[in-house]
Amino acid sequence: MTTTSNTLRGTPVVPGVAYGPVARVSTEIPLSAVDAYGLRPPGDPEELLAEYDSAVGMVTDSLHARSVNASGSAAEVLVATAALARDKGLRRAVRKRLEAGDPLLTAVSGAVGEFTALFTRAGGLMAERVTDLEDIGRRITARIVGVEEPGLVLPAEPGVLVAEDLAPADTAGLDPVRVLALVTERGGPTSHTAIIARQLGLPCVVGASGVTSIADGTRVLVDAASGTIESEPDETHANRRVVQDRAWRERLATWSGPARTADGAAVKLLANVADGRSARAAAPTPVQGAGLFRTELCFLGRETEPDVETQAAIYAEVLTSFDAGRTVVIRTLDAGSDKPIPYATSAGEDNPALGVRGLRLSFGNPGLLERQLDAVALAAATTGTSPWVMAPMVATVDEAAGFAARVRSRGLIAGIMVETPAAALLADRILEAVDFVSIGTNDLTQYAMAADRLAADLAHLTDPWQPAVLRLVAMTAEAGRRLGKPVGVCGEAAADPLLAAVLVGLGVTSLSMAPAAVPAVGVQLESVTVEECREAAENVLEAVDPQEAREFARAVLTPS
Amino acid sequence: MPTRTVTVGSAVGLHARPAALIAAAASEYDADITLAKPGEEPVDAASALLIMTLGAQQGDTVEVAGEDPAAIDAIADLIARDLDA
Repeated sequence: MTTTSNTLRGTPVVPGVAYGPVARVSTEIPLSAVDAYGLRPPGDPEELLAEYDSAVGMVTDSLHARSVNASGSAAEVLVATAALARDKGLRRAVRKRLEAGDPLLTAVSGAVGEFTALFTRAGGLMAERVTDLEDIGRRITARIVGVEEPGLVLPAEPGVLVAEDLAPADTAGLDPVRVLALVTERGGPTSHTAIIARQLGLPCVVGASGVTSIADGTRVLVDAASGTIESEPDETHANRRVVQDRAWRERLATWSGPARTADGAAVKLLANVADGRSARAAAPTPVQGAGLFRTELCFLGRETEPDVETQAAIYAEVLTSFDAGRTVVIRTLDAGSDKPIPYATSAGEDNPALGVRGLRLSFGNPGLLERQLDAVALAAATTGTSPWVMAPMVATVDEAAGFAARVRSRGLIAGIMVETPAAALLADRILEAVDFVSIGTNDLTQYAMAADRLAADLAHLTDPWQPAVLRLVAMTAEAGRRLGKPVGVCGEAAADPLLAAVLVGLGVTSLSMAPAAVPAVGVQLESVTVEECREAAENVLEAVDPQEAREFARAVLTPS
Repeated sequence: MPTRTVTVGSAVGLHARPAALIAAAASEYDADITLAKPGEEPVDAASALLIMTLGAQQGDTVEVAGEDPAAIDAIADLIARDLDA
């Protein structure tokens, strides 16, 4: 990939490649209308509030009218926007400002600003609601001054839609035929733009700083897998990328598993699940089971520990979702750190990521683990299945052996997660004590790189392509190969198609991921041989940084 | 005034969809209902925007208060559920 000064970067949301002219979305209300309205003498607060209510009424009526003609989540979004326009808290803030003597338009923008300032300060998910609110403010303002509500006007020629951020009411009912891709200056992966893009399958990049300064009509190449927007690229190259991408997506749509390399070697692809509902959703997809059943969701949000029978019923729901012959790997409670559970974890650790979490909870409270294993054994017995059971946060051979003894005494198959560098370094000794291991690349990366997963400034370090992390994976896989025991990967790394092929080359025997990621990994594996995976793996281990590692892998694994 | 303390059940906390559902339910009652994080200012449970300003995450405790015990129970039960599911 060529990266020039013409290239901007954002957060990739929906992969895909698009090439076309920029169509800027403008949501301005004509200044002349605002000025004309502003010339009116200020009125009585009660009358102005009535005028506000009537404007809100028109906004909600038109949103409801559109929702009738929209379908599914588009309709839901429109109804939700209408509810927000009618919000009592917003109305109260407007009234307070009117009573203080503000003119109506000032009161509306002030009240909206009050909330957006609060939400922006809160950051994260809250900040992503700022766009919704500003959109509502503009719609109400437009109705007050007596003009049409501002909104998205689609370009005549299909284009790349560029906006600060798209409001939910804009994206609802977006015609995907006239839009090649969505790119926003602001917004994160859970913004409405992102949600709608996923739903419509439109290539989408969010948070692409600087993109709104690209002039209307400029031709851009959007690679929404890597999150790049290139202005005025070489036309032949751009068209070829679009064609390649289309072929790739067609293969994705028709891929039905099971996963094999080009030379026919089977690779086990598994789903990450959290409860019966997600297991039932994953079961009909082309996966060979669940490689990571996170049990903490069954515990979160409860005041007290669920008893053995309650736990067993939850586990049985997952076990029965997959027919015989498919594996389910149950991970024991991984509470602590960013997943506190009131009766299990202790608050106030100075450094919770390095504290009492995962298997370590059983040091002071063995009963919690014993009861969970009893529940798994009960669920296995009632469903007639033989689940695999693994413990998170293992750092010593002793811990692994102790856990395996507890699991095997109940007739179950025992493994551990490799998340600490200690476990990877001791993989040969640990694998003598257990039946299998599964590498949790997210935590392994965090601990190997000594960089907090959630620290945005350290994202370049918490990259599973870091050669240090890949060497730990290689050591673990090599130990598994020597002892003939399965070594899986169940972190985000498994869902990255290119990295998945590298992992296979390193000797990993199964990959567990969100079910949605399975086809892309399956198609990638289908296009490469085991020998190519091995060659890529060898090269990647010699890389100096993640960029070089990706380039080395791409050189071997992608068609030129 | 009757008060009930509940733990937030929604995975996203009292955010967009859960906040909207709670506000819609609270609007059904004539009596005012408020929500507060312990030790903080209560907000009107009929406003999704104000509910969101609480910034309540999954597992946080929230106090539901008001004059109508049935309304308090209904809202408290909603908060305890995973409304984003």
